Amino acid sequence: MTEVRARADVELCPGGPMLLRGDHVVRDDDGVEHRTTRPVSAVCRCGKSASKPWCDGTHKVLPAKLRP
Amino acid sequence: MTSLPKPRGALGVAVLSALADVPEREVPRLDLAPESADDAALTLWVLHELAYGGFVEVDDRADGEPELMRVRRRLEDDLERQLRDRWPGVPEGVDLGTGFFDWLADQDGPSLARFVQAEATHEQVLDLLRVRSVYHLKEADPTTWVIPRLPVSAKAPLVELQYDEYGVGDPARLHSHLFARGMEASGLRPEPGVYVDDAPVEVLEQNNALSMFGLRRHLRGAAVGHLAAFEATSSLPSRRMAQGLQRLGLPAEIVGYYTEHVEADAVHEQVALRDVCVRLVAEEPGLEPDVWFGAWACLDLENRTARRLLSGWGVAA
Repeated sequence: MTEVRARADVELCPGGPMLLRGDHVVRDDDGVEHRTTRPVSAVCRCGKSASKPWCDGTHKVLPAKLRP
Repeated sequence: MTSLPKPRGALGVAVLSALADVPEREVPRLDLAPESADDAALTLWVLHELAYGGFVEVDDRADGEPELMRVRRRLEDDLERQLRDRWPGVPEGVDLGTGFFDWLADQDGPSLARFVQAEATHEQVLDLLRVRSVYHLKEADPTTWVIPRLPVSAKAPLVELQYDEYGVGDPARLHSHLFARGMEASGLRPEPGVYVDDAPVEVLEQNNALSMFGLRRHLRGAAVGHLAAFEATSSLPSRRMAQGLQRLGLPAEIVGYYTEHVEADAVHEQVALRDVCVRLVAEEPGLEPDVWFGAWACLDLENRTARRLLSGWGVAA
C-alpha cells in the first residue's frame, strides 16, 4: 500500500495564496471579518487581489519577485 | 430533458435514426465515415450525451449498445489522433509542480473574456452564452468520470474540488445550476442541449475532448491536466466576463455565475495542479506527458473556439 500524507488544513502555495480548509472567520487589514463559504478558501498573500481577503489569481500576473 | 439535435451529415443521420429504434430494432452495422468535421463532432457529442442525461426521444438502454459504442470509439480515436498530431509535445525543462502556471501564462491565444470586457455587444454576449451552455450546463460532470481511476492521493483532492463545483451539497449552489439561472434571467433557455444546433464544430470538439478524457481510462492523465489548465485560466477571465456583462447591464444572476468563479477557481487551480496532477504523476510517472497533453488540449481547443466566434463577429482574433 502506498503511504499517503494527511492533508494540511492550512497550506501556503509557493508564489500564490494560502489555502484554508474548513470554516473560518478571516479578519482583514481594515478589521472587517469575512466568513469562509467553501470547503477550501484561498486567502490572498500578494496583496493585489481585487476580492480581498480572497485570492483572485492576480499573483499570476505579477513579476516573480513580487509574488509571495 | 435534452432533445436530439440536428444531424450534420450522413453519419449523424444514420446514428440518430438508429437511436430512435433502440431497443426494438438492433442497430445495424454503421461503417460510414463521417462526411465532415461537423458530422463527426455532432455525432460524437450525441453518443457521449447518452452517458450523461440522455435524450427525451431515446431509450436509456442506447447507452452501451455495442454498435454505437464501436462508432463512438472510432470517432474518439480520430479526435485523439487529431489532437496528438497538433500537440507540440511536453515542454522542455518545465517542472510540472513549479513551472506549470508560468508555462500557461506564456501561451498566447485570443481572449473572449477580454473582448467581452471591453467591446462585445449584447447580442454577441448572448451568442457566447448559448454556445458556452453546451458545457456549463453540465459543468464538472466530465471530470467526475475520472474519480475512480485515480490513486487515493489524487482522488481525495479531486473529490474536494468537485464537491465545491457541486455546490457543497446545496443544489441551489451547483455551478451548472447557477449558469442555468443566469441563462434564464438573460432571456435564454436554461434546458441542457437546446443550443447545440447553434454550436460551431470547435465548441463541440471542445466538449467531446473533455468527455473523452473523462470516459476513456487511458486518458486519465489528460483529464486532470485539462482540469488544471481549465481552472488556472478561469479566475482572471471570469472577472473580465463579469465586468463585461455588467457593462452591458446583464442580470445579476449571470454576472454572479462569473464572480463565483473568480474565487472558486483561484482555489481550484491550486488543488487541481498541486494536489491532483502532481500527486497522480508521483504515483504514475508514465502519465506526466498526458497531463501536459491534456493541459495543452484545453488551451488549443479554447483558442480554436475563440478564433471561430471572433471571426464570426467580424473581429480579428
